[in-house]
Amino acid sequence: MNQWKNFSKGFIKENAVFVLFLGLCPTLGVTTSAINGLGMGLATTFVLVMSNLVVSLVKNMIPDKVRIPAFIVIIATFVTVVELVMKGYVPVLFDALGLFIPLIVVNCVVLGRAEAFASKNTVWSSLVDGAGMGLGFTMALTVLGAVREILGSGAFFGMKMISGDAMLLFILPPGAFLALGYLIVLANMIKEKTS
Amino acid sequence: MAKKESTFLSMLTTLFVVTLVSAGLLGSVFALTKEPIRLAELKKKNEAIQVVVPGFDNEPSQEVQKVFADGDTLYFYTARKGEEILGTAVETFTNKGFSGEFKLMVGFSPDGSIIDIAVIKHAETPGLGDKMERSKSDFNVQFMGKHPENFNLAVKKDRGDVDAITASTITSRAYCDAVKRAYDALESASLVESP
Repeated sequence: MNQWKNFSKGFIKENAVFVLFLGLCPTLGVTTSAINGLGMGLATTFVLVMSNLVVSLVKNMIPDKVRIPAFIVIIATFVTVVELVMKGYVPVLFDALGLFIPLIVVNCVVLGRAEAFASKNTVWSSLVDGAGMGLGFTMALTVLGAVREILGSGAFFGMKMISGDAMLLFILPPGAFLALGYLIVLANMIKEKTS
Repeated sequence: MAKKESTFLSMLTTLFVVTLVSAGLLGSVFALTKEPIRLAELKKKNEAIQVVVPGFDNEPSQEVQKVFADGDTLYFYTARKGEEILGTAVETFTNKGFSGEFKLMVGFSPDGSIIDIAVIKHAETPGLGDKMERSKSDFNVQFMGKHPENFNLAVKKDRGDVDAITASTITSRAYCDAVKRAYDALESASLVESP
């Protein structure tokens, strides 16, 4: 399999957020600013790469009927590792993402890749797939966060560009849906152009 | 290697091994991060005390009193310089925030007036409620030097004396609630000197 294709599919062609519509709960919840989106995306990427790696390593040792619980335990373990490490070493980021870190466990992207890809492919391609999907997810979250931050609070990565308030709607939940909807349109346009 | 068959024994052993390894891994990560997490939390607390009652030379976090109020605990930290008591930092909370509970550190001088207020932990909406943080707006300034006896701790909408944050009345109300709780507890613990 062409590893570059395998890696790059996560960005546009099979982007978890814009095309597969997976993991929308954290997507809509944390992206009130670009930095939150980036942090959440990177945390998910780490979990995705590690769980893909382990799942593809043990795929032949796990009987089919218990594969889902086994995968979930593996994923939950890595999520808890991320949570503890973040709490200890980057408490600022943990404060911002707090609630959503444990939710990575039930992020469909992670289990989806374990089930659909890692349990059927080699270790190396699973690793590449995890990194590609994770970084694609990170990109989607960062873009969405940046758009909402620019429109909603007039800032970019925390740097104020205008004084006072902007369109507050965009940092509230309805703004998340609006911004995501338009970004999906944009992503689909790019997807059609490239293919 | 061929896929393992799903027999009762193989399923049982697989899940047992998977959970055992996970538990072992989590246990060791927990042990490794326990100290950094404790230090990070302590550092944050000390910084907050430093901000709200500046100039002490003792270790207020060593001199702590617990007061039970409204279903949770308030912590009193006494700040001294030499023999003189500079004031008390009260770690207080509210459950009325827009996103649930948040925690403040309120510094009171010995006569009971507010020295300064810092936010320890919150989950308020970025761009709206999080303006109560000192780094994001001057909301706390209006409390400085005020005595709760003659400064009504409620937003102007509720006939109080506090200018609410634009579009964040709920957060502002909760903030007042937390400060009021701190003062009431301080008063009933008779740590306020009568004039």
